[in-house]
This record gives sequence, C-alpha cells and structure tokens, in this order.
Amino acid sequence: MRSILRKCYIFLIFLFLYAPILTLIVLSFNASRTRAKWGGFTLKWYVSMFQNRAILQALSNTLLIALLSAFIATVIGTIACISMQAMKRRNRAVIMGITNIPMLNADIVTGISLMLLFITLGLRFGFLTILLSHITFNIPYVILSVMPRMKQLNPSVYEAALDLGASHIRAFFKVVFPDILPGVLSGFLMAFTMSLDDFIITHFTKGPGIDTLSTKIYTEVKKGIKPEMYSLSTLIFVTVLILLFLVNHSPSEHKQS
Amino acid sequence: MNKKTLAFPYVFWSAAFIVIPLCMVFYYGLTDDTGAFTFANIATIATAEHSKALLLSIELSLISTVICFLLAYPLAMILSAMKVGQHSFIVLIFILPMWMNFLLRTLAWQTLLEKTGVINSILAFLHLPALEIINTPAAIILGMVYNFLPFMVLPLYNALVKIDENVVNAARDLGANKVQTFLRITLPLSVPGIISGVTMVFIPALTTFVISTLLGGSKILLIGNVIEQEFTQTGNWHLGSGLSIVLMIFIIVNMVAEAFFDKDGEGTAL
Repeated sequence: MRSILRKCYIFLIFLFLYAPILTLIVLSFNASRTRAKWGGFTLKWYVSMFQNRAILQALSNTLLIALLSAFIATVIGTIACISMQAMKRRNRAVIMGITNIPMLNADIVTGISLMLLFITLGLRFGFLTILLSHITFNIPYVILSVMPRMKQLNPSVYEAALDLGASHIRAFFKVVFPDILPGVLSGFLMAFTMSLDDFIITHFTKGPGIDTLSTKIYTEVKKGIKPEMYSLSTLIFVTVLILLFLVNHSPSEHKQS
Repeated sequence: MNKKTLAFPYVFWSAAFIVIPLCMVFYYGLTDDTGAFTFANIATIATAEHSKALLLSIELSLISTVICFLLAYPLAMILSAMKVGQHSFIVLIFILPMWMNFLLRTLAWQTLLEKTGVINSILAFLHLPALEIINTPAAIILGMVYNFLPFMVLPLYNALVKIDENVVNAARDLGANKVQTFLRITLPLSVPGIISGVTMVFIPALTTFVISTLLGGSKILLIGNVIEQEFTQTGNWHLGSGLSIVLMIFIIVNMVAEAFFDKDGEGTAL
C-alpha cells in the first residue's frame, strides 16, 4: 500500500513536470495555427521550420554560444580547480565565495551588471557580449562539479608520476585528468544546458541584430508563437533524449560506476 | 609550471565579469545623472508603485517556496529511500525538462490553464467546477513552482542521501517512533539541503519578470518587471540599479544564512 502511494506521488510530480513538454510536443503536430484549438494532425511545421531562416539563424546562434561558452568555461573552471588545490585555505575560500555569487545572485542582477559593464567598456552588443556573459555564469557550474572530484584525488599519485620522470603536463593528463574527467564532463554538460536554457541574462546582453531561441520566443510571445518553434523544440528534446539514452547504455558508464 | 600562475585566468575573469560589474550596479544605484552621490534611487522603493510590486513579489515567492518545499521534501525522501544508486539518473530527470526552452514550457501552461484549455476540459468532463486562474497571481505561483521545483528537490535529495542509515536505525532502536525519528534526526540533518533549496527557489522567484509576463497577463507587476522596464524601456539605469540594490539585500541575507549553515562552503546544489 505504501509503495503504491509512493509511486503515485512520484507519478504526479513527474506529470506536473512533464505535462507542459507533452503539450508542446502535441502542439507541434497541430494543423491549426493557434494553440487554442486542435485542427488535425500535420507535419507541415516540421517542413516549414527548415525554410524559416530566422529560426535556423537563432538555433545556430544558440548552439554555437552554448558550445563555445561551455567549452571555454570548462577549460577556465578546470584550470581554476587545479590552481585552487595549491592555494592557502583563506584564498581558496575567497575565490569559492566569488564563484558562488553568480549562482546565488538573481539572474536579472547578473544580467544588468554585465550590461552596465559592456556599456562602460563601449563593447558593441552582439554575439561577443552574449558569449562573455554565458562563460561567466557557466564557470561556477564547472567548478562546483570538478572541485569534489579534485578533493578526492590522492596528491601522492601526481607526485609519484613526477618522480618517475613525467613532466607536469604529462603527469596531469596521464594521472590527474582521467580521475577528474567525470566531473569535467558533467560540468560541461551542465554548463551547456544552462546556456541553452538561459533567457534573462541573454535578454540584457544581446544586441538588436542577434537572437537566440529564447529571445526570439520572447519577442514572439506578444504576436503569437510561430508553430515552427514547437516543432524545433520537440526535435531538440527528442534528440537529447535519444543521445542520453545511448550514453547511459554505452559500456563506458559501467566502468565509471 | 607554477600552480599559482594557473589561478590567474579565473581570478582575472571573476574580477572582470563578476566583481567589477556588481560594483557598477552599486555605483549606478548610488548616483544620479550628474554622478553625484544619492540615496534617492533606493528610496523610490518606498513609493506606492514600487513597494506594491516588491511586497507582491515577496508574497508570491514565499508562497511558491513553501509549496515547493512541501512538494519536494516527500519526493526527495522517497527518491533517497529508493536507493536508485545512480545519482546521475535522478539529476538527469530533473535537468531534462531544461532542454525544452523554459519560455515555451511556461507558455504551455497557458494552453493547459485557459478557460477552454486542457485542464478545464478534463474538469468539465468529470463535472467539476472550472479552474480560472490564468492571468491571476495564482497562475504566477504555479509557474514559479513549476520552474523552480527541481532546484528544491536536488539539494534536498543530496542532503537526505548523505544521512547515515545507522543513525536513523539507532534512533529507532532507542525507542523513537517514526515521527520522532523524522523530527529529531532526519529533519535536522537535512537543514543544509533545506537552506540551499530555499535559496535556490526563493531568489529566482523573487526576482523573476518572465513568469509574471507570461502567466500573469500584463497587469500584474513584480519587482523584476519594474527593474526590467527601467533598463529596457525607460532607460533609467540609475533607478533600475537602485532597485536592484534593494533586491541584493535579500540575496546577501540569504548568502549569509547559507554560509552559516553550510560550513564546508561547497553548497549541496549539484
């Protein structure tokens, strides 16, 4: 009895979390242009999506920014974790405190603070300003997922590699890096996801000529969302779902756990 | 290679893009157009329009935080008791929705909640009274709970999973009943997760302007909407920054609370 109740509870919560996603997927097959009524099944939005240059441009901006910002944030964040190992306790606490600021601060405050910075620097608002902002809010996610791995490391292993004649760089890539790799990867994935889903910070740091999917959707809200957006999101969601399924069933996962 | 020089890229980055921008918010918030020092921007929070927006924001975000907590705690307990073993799997389930754009997901609630929407059709079919909450504060609360629930579940789950089962069993052996064990063992040990979860829900809910725009119609203004308008429409950065400083007071209080309860300084969010 208890276990049925538990399963029901979990089911209800997941229904709550996934109902809007289901709605969007259904809407992407809706022949009617408005989302208020069902006009029959169609695939036409999937076809017209690939002819809509504005949407494709926004998609490529979104993916490019997410990939670049996640990658750069992963590099900077991982290097920061390595260097923090050698730091004095107090310095490390200061840096971790600063790292927590973008996580705990409101997105709107982070957004306007970066906007004010870019205005003062005289940067032209566009791709670069969005990228810089995304790297900034992505680094903490990388640090927070690499740091615990770093702490589990046995420093003697690295020293042993050095004693045996490996250079610092070689010792790092042969000994340290494989151990922290799961943390680095999950940091990257987290950063990529956060960048993809961000609206608020992009809203304040983008220029007039450039749009990501989020900002494009926001400008469409008042006029009515184009149904192509639903089909595009459905495609993205299903792609990710399949990718994650494949990753979870690949043999490498067993080695990690 | 000196490990100290390795710290340089991030120290530079965080100074340039985290610390200096925040200082600029304070600079703009505490000066007027001529650059003279003033508290006037911050003082506008006392005007009827702004204080109403702030109070409504506090009210709605507090309600959402409580609802999130009440929904998430049992869920986190069930998940941690299930011994899924795969921590990543649980995280994944809650991260997965983020791959569908959050604006679209929130908009989908419009479709679900509308007068002739999905939920009301189901209610009508069951001969139940219709739910008319779209464009009301209740819809905003629902949007907040929906968007921020994962941020409550994950820290709670992380805190609960860490609790040593032997401690719970010991309490039971020593004669505590289930309620006592929960109140005196499980709940106190999960406090870091609670603090972390409450922060991760309360702050974004307090400062949102998107959810109120999408689900609240255009009439309901939260403090986030006021600030957003100052920056993107009115163009009064000084006033917008001043109001942001007011928001940051709440954030700082939260950070202090978190630092106090989470002595490792690591956070339990991930």
